[in-house]
Amino acid sequence: MIRDAEGRYWEEGQEVFETPQAAPDPKPWSETRVVGTRRMRVDAYERVSGTAEYPSDLLLPGMLYGAVLRSPHPHARVLSVDATAAEALPGVRAVISGFTPLNAALRPHEQLIRETLFGPVRRFEGEAIAAVAADTPYHAHDALRALKVEYEVRPFVSDERDALAEGAPLVHEEGNRVGDASTYARGDVAAGFAEADVVLEEEYRTECQIHVPMETHGCVASWDGDTLTVWESTQGVFPVQAGVARGLGMPLSRVRVIGKYMGGGFGSKLSMGDYTLMAALLAKVSARPVKLFITREETLLSAGNRPPSNTRIKAGVKRDGTLTALDLSATGTGGAYRAGGTGGLDFLVRELYRCSNVRTETQDIYVNAGPARAMRAPGYPQAAWALEQMMDALAEAIEMDPVALRLKNISLVSQVRGRPYTTTGLEACIRDGAEAFGWEAAKARAEATRDAPVRRGVGVAAAMWGAGGGGPPATVILKLFSDGSLNLNLGASDIGTGTKTIMAMVVAEELWVDPDTIQIEHADTGTTQYATASGGSKTVPTESPAVRAAALDLKKQVLEIAAAQLGVDVATLALREGKVVTTSGPSQEVPLARLNDLRRRGVVVGVGYRGPNPEGKMVNPFAAHFCEVEVDTRTGRVELVRFLAAQDSGRVMNRTTYDNQVHGGVTMGVGFGMTEKRVLDRGQTGRLVGHGWTDYRIPTAMDVPTSLEVLPIDLGDREANSTGAKGLGEPATIATAPAIANAVHHALGVRITATPITPAAVLEALAAQRQESTR
Amino acid sequence: MSSSKEPPRGDGLSVSRRGFLTSMGLGAVGVALPEITPATGPEIVPAGDVTRIALRINGRTHPALVEPRWSLLHVLRAEVGLTAAKEGCGRGECGACTVLVDDQPRYACLTLAVEAEGAEITTAEGLMEGEELGPTQQAFAETDAFQCGYCTPGQVMATEALLRANPHPSPEDIRGGVSGNLCRCGAYENIFRAVERAAELRSGGAS
Repeated sequence: MIRDAEGRYWEEGQEVFETPQAAPDPKPWSETRVVGTRRMRVDAYERVSGTAEYPSDLLLPGMLYGAVLRSPHPHARVLSVDATAAEALPGVRAVISGFTPLNAALRPHEQLIRETLFGPVRRFEGEAIAAVAADTPYHAHDALRALKVEYEVRPFVSDERDALAEGAPLVHEEGNRVGDASTYARGDVAAGFAEADVVLEEEYRTECQIHVPMETHGCVASWDGDTLTVWESTQGVFPVQAGVARGLGMPLSRVRVIGKYMGGGFGSKLSMGDYTLMAALLAKVSARPVKLFITREETLLSAGNRPPSNTRIKAGVKRDGTLTALDLSATGTGGAYRAGGTGGLDFLVRELYRCSNVRTETQDIYVNAGPARAMRAPGYPQAAWALEQMMDALAEAIEMDPVALRLKNISLVSQVRGRPYTTTGLEACIRDGAEAFGWEAAKARAEATRDAPVRRGVGVAAAMWGAGGGGPPATVILKLFSDGSLNLNLGASDIGTGTKTIMAMVVAEELWVDPDTIQIEHADTGTTQYATASGGSKTVPTESPAVRAAALDLKKQVLEIAAAQLGVDVATLALREGKVVTTSGPSQEVPLARLNDLRRRGVVVGVGYRGPNPEGKMVNPFAAHFCEVEVDTRTGRVELVRFLAAQDSGRVMNRTTYDNQVHGGVTMGVGFGMTEKRVLDRGQTGRLVGHGWTDYRIPTAMDVPTSLEVLPIDLGDREANSTGAKGLGEPATIATAPAIANAVHHALGVRITATPITPAAVLEALAAQRQESTR
Repeated sequence: MSSSKEPPRGDGLSVSRRGFLTSMGLGAVGVALPEITPATGPEIVPAGDVTRIALRINGRTHPALVEPRWSLLHVLRAEVGLTAAKEGCGRGECGACTVLVDDQPRYACLTLAVEAEGAEITTAEGLMEGEELGPTQQAFAETDAFQCGYCTPGQVMATEALLRANPHPSPEDIRGGVSGNLCRCGAYENIFRAVERAAELRSGGAS
């Protein structure tokens, strides 16, 4: 730990949470010309033409291809790795394992190699054993096949529901509990249940979901003396830089990470992976650039996941719909290492609805499976699956409409944090969403199909996201060139959410220039400013105020230059369509390109910092999803006929990318609720069953709703930050699966409490229902 | 491990890859093999045994020295340097590598380069008119039919193939036509609109 000049502690390479405040934040715009419109992405051309260069596209002279040998056993000790045959194969340039003799290049990294990357005990299928580099990917995989590894296979436990049983194999010597259970309590749940007219209790399960971005995880690593350049497929170049520098014991200034395009992450690319350090080491040993991208199979095993959850909720409600008590106990698993297996699992129960008496308990458990990584709103879709189905069951039990029950329990303050929200769109999302969806009519229409073989049902579910307000630090530089065109320099990654386009729109809004004249330089630790990873639905609320601040800083300087040139008071000047114009007094104007001082200097630089969030307030996004399904009781097939997503994410910055991001959130929610399940061979081998997308099914074009509508709810947040935007990516996926489950329940009268709702699960539930009714 | 990366097997099929090897007269097969027993997998291919082929790609001829086991995708990306076609799975599940082979959409990861000789191969680069986007690409840009964009060249090629065969597809045709191409960002809704728009642009519709 290092103490800085102001006496604050910070760790080298860690995020520094303070940046200088250039000026007090301006109020959000009251009217906009550019922000909020529909605008084509600034990089649409590159992405549709195929010229966008993703890290996996990079071809460097002399570049080798890396590949990783991973443990085929869920739990084993590696006794030896014999690389003799592999190293003798033509085209093979480097092999590194825990048994590699260390030369001068590798000796400084002995601990990293022997204990971390290729440690002796492997605790999940897919943990690394060795890495190779060769002339082509084919030669690299030949080398993997030629490696001889001796294992001492150990007993395993692959399912958290088995891991706490007496005599269960231990993942770590200290036992399979990851510390003590986390608990939370407010009020008195026993009193709350006593007060209730109806108390229900139910268990819910969600299966493990895997990110599987289209571009697998990896990088190209290239050394130039003591300087390392890494082109990584990542959501944040600065966290990767910090990780590599720490891992290899290098100064930040010697590690340059570039990540301009990337093929999806969803949380699994927030920081570097083992592959990053392996590529760097292979490049060092072979003295060649090395491209190392893991295979699709490896992404299923070792690149993170949304872990499975087991949640029991007991809930009490009065006849008038008042929630009196919520009691949650849940288990989950982050896999073989500490990875936040139950993180976020109880937050919605504590926060989403007004309730005085709440108790929660969550227990994280080790199993011999790949570690979790943050996945799009970690914990929340699992929690919503349980809570939102319980809300539906309560509504049914007290014969109240599910929309009405939710509206009855809106909270205007964050109950967990004891502070009001800057804006709470929950009520508007539910009420306006129901109206736009035609809830009442759809419900009636569905209820008329009760005796038909194909039945309709409608479902609703609500959500909020516990982050999404963004915050410092962010530093942005905006350069005005002598001809009036601009360069926007920001460190953030655009992970496909349209960040670059939105930031160009902010500049265009503030400076009244054509967005097409703005060139964007981003996501490069060598040339752009520090930014946190693009994740947590915070990129737009974090970066857009900093971009606006940079534009204001630039504007101030430009207007001063113009005031001197025109001989007028700076207060009478404004920017209009690429010109400085007077707004009072005699009419004068000068195009930016004719500002003499700008032409002499060649550039004017504006700098913007992200200011702090409002004190004493919480900034959170909200959502409500509505779904109409058609269920064929003969085949079990569920068709998503209609879907509406009402989202309060503050100001809509670019309606085009806003809609698209919500489509994506809903689609990923459809996968979570209906198609996706990681299957481990729990009883026999503990290994992954199925090794690609044929078995791990993500939604295809055939699985998405026939009609998918997006309803932005913008309450005009004047406090959140200077652009009024809140996060969108995660709140768009949380409520989807329970809305579908509730619609299926409405159609069939049976509740499916475990994901995924496959045709087989529907048929099983119907069979159980028939058995129940004939009993 | 991807099937395209598995070594050829001498399984006796008349058109096996081993059969191709032999017919090419590469008599040295096995001679250069070091004395090893692989830990897993049946046998090791002698790396470096290459054959000369000429591929017709985007209307031009590209001679290349390839190993018989190399996929068309590997040759396009690593040897020819055309990187629009992407590898998403390497096992024929996702369509990110879709190219046209004689106007038919093909997964380039499951197509051997040697198989593609003599055929007319079209990649997303080949849809460009100089620096200008082709109509299908233009439609994807206009309708924001992507997020991260990694699957996009494959989606564009699937759409191109669909529209070459069926210039006026129904909504069902569209879903079916792009259903072999996964998009993890979930941009399907806009991809459907892109296909409709591309059909319009290609038939000289309003631009």
